[in-house]
Amino acid sequence: MSVFVLRRLVTLLATLVGASLIIFLVLDALPGNAAQMLMGADASPDAVRALSVKLGLDQPLTLRYLQWLRGMAVGDLGNSYVYGTPVAGLIAERLTLTVPLAIISMSLTVTLALSAGIYTAANHNKLGDVGVMSLTQIGIALPNFWFAILLILLFSVRLQWLSAGGFAGWEDGIWPGVRSLLLPAFSLSVVQAAILARVTRSAVLEVLREDFVRTARAKGLGKREVLWSHVLRNAMIPVMTVMGLQFANLLAGTIVIENVFYLPGLGRLIFQSIANRDLIVVRNCVMLLAAMVVIVNFVVDVLYAFIDPRIKVHDL
Amino acid sequence: MSDPLTAAVGLPTTAVPSRPATGFWRRAFRHRSFVLGGALVCLVIGSALLSLVWTPWSAYEIDIASKLRPPSWSHWLGTDSFGRDIVSLLLVGARSTILVGIIAVGIGLTFGVCLGLIAAARRGWTEELIMRMSDFTFAFPAVLSAIMLAAVVGPGMVTSITAIGIFQIPIFVRVTRGSANAIWAREFVLAARASGKGAFRITIEHVLPNILSILIVQATIQFALAILAEAALSYLGLGTQPPQPSWGRMLNDAQTLLFQSPMLAVYPGAAIAVAVLGLNLLGDGLRDLLDPRLARER
Repeated sequence: MSVFVLRRLVTLLATLVGASLIIFLVLDALPGNAAQMLMGADASPDAVRALSVKLGLDQPLTLRYLQWLRGMAVGDLGNSYVYGTPVAGLIAERLTLTVPLAIISMSLTVTLALSAGIYTAANHNKLGDVGVMSLTQIGIALPNFWFAILLILLFSVRLQWLSAGGFAGWEDGIWPGVRSLLLPAFSLSVVQAAILARVTRSAVLEVLREDFVRTARAKGLGKREVLWSHVLRNAMIPVMTVMGLQFANLLAGTIVIENVFYLPGLGRLIFQSIANRDLIVVRNCVMLLAAMVVIVNFVVDVLYAFIDPRIKVHDL
Repeated sequence: MSDPLTAAVGLPTTAVPSRPATGFWRRAFRHRSFVLGGALVCLVIGSALLSLVWTPWSAYEIDIASKLRPPSWSHWLGTDSFGRDIVSLLLVGARSTILVGIIAVGIGLTFGVCLGLIAAARRGWTEELIMRMSDFTFAFPAVLSAIMLAAVVGPGMVTSITAIGIFQIPIFVRVTRGSANAIWAREFVLAARASGKGAFRITIEHVLPNILSILIVQATIQFALAILAEAALSYLGLGTQPPQPSWGRMLNDAQTLLFQSPMLAVYPGAAIAVAVLGLNLLGDGLRDLLDPRLARER
């Protein structure tokens, strides 16, 4: 087991380094001169050169890349080209919104999806199954940002219960902050949960057809006992694969949803930085999001081995 | 037994009714999701094709004098803030949606399935390499790659197609390899190996047919996701650029007018939902029709 985890850990690190290289190449080397981009095409060459020196852009690429890697290791990501303040501080401030949003959405997603998926599989082809599955079918088809707009139309424009956007912050206690994240989290998770519920249902149904389920039933176990003790554990592999995949969707979703609700999170920061040509902020935000996706998938991979010992034997 | 399909096209009903293709279509036309999904998809494709030859008004001409008109006989769903006809915008918008979806899923399916099958068949360092590469690509969700591309080369349709297409590949690799590995662990593959079949033959004859239904379900989900991603990217202003109409862009314009004209935010989203719903239903139908194990149970 430990060898397996260690090997995955090495590939995790390699993936992170690879990702940082790609991000650096695309956002730093490819655009040519960031100082020129900042100042526009008609800036005087002298001013551009002065800004390059000030931002450290006159140094060789490899040196700048290594400096960035070292900076990430010690938490110093450099200063924003536009605001002049440390990038790490800008990002940390925005994470106080994006992280809670992602956590609330993911827990909502998993709760909704697993209960719906297991319920429908257990009641295969009955009225409840058909009803819930039709709902998920519609849920999958909804663009999350459109669903968000519809929620705003209903709860803010029509009923005026919740504000149409903005973030109350955490200063006045937890409730005002959570309150302003309710609609965003709900619009993020409903669509994801619909997908995950369908995957859960078909995974459970698939396992229900296996021979060992028939054996378990034949030796006298009840339907419920077989479902909870034999089926779920075996059905978890595809469910977890999709959950891992969905985490990436969720992060991408937060970028979009934050823009719908004007929430000052990581997604808004990326967009403002693109508009401001603040490439150093874009670079670090993209790296952070990519790293989160990679690490979640690492965790999923390791969990596989705990759930299904056969995978461990193969991979060792 | 009289066959409505063969009878409808005027074929003699005695002509080899047991041919698999005939059986497929006969079952297909009785399958509710397949028919409903097919109809919705045809509606979207039809709108896109129709927009090539006819739209009620020009989708590009700005007419500020008649902006934000309510629905009427001349403008069936009204006009937007530039005075453009909503119906025309929706019809033309279908084009970019379909185009981006087909190209992006095509990229993902072609590369993803091949790599996934190779990974499952070869194992060892080949699998390791493919899976690490795929993990690596997977670290960049479509919105992220689109953001990087947009920050450097600027937003546009090519940016969004590239970003969505690249993100589709690792998903297909993972799903293909995961389900193919499960098949490789089954007894009938062991039997096939014992009878001397090579990895390539086993992949084509045993693995691929057994994971086909999973791939179809995945491909429809991916097509749906590609359409949703395209909509999200153009909503954010990273995808299809104005004046080219796109459903996502229309939603962005409409959001600023939520209090004045709430319905403007409803139509484009509904169009996206119809396209995605149609594809999903169609895929579900196909899965039922193609998976013999499921078909037998019905």
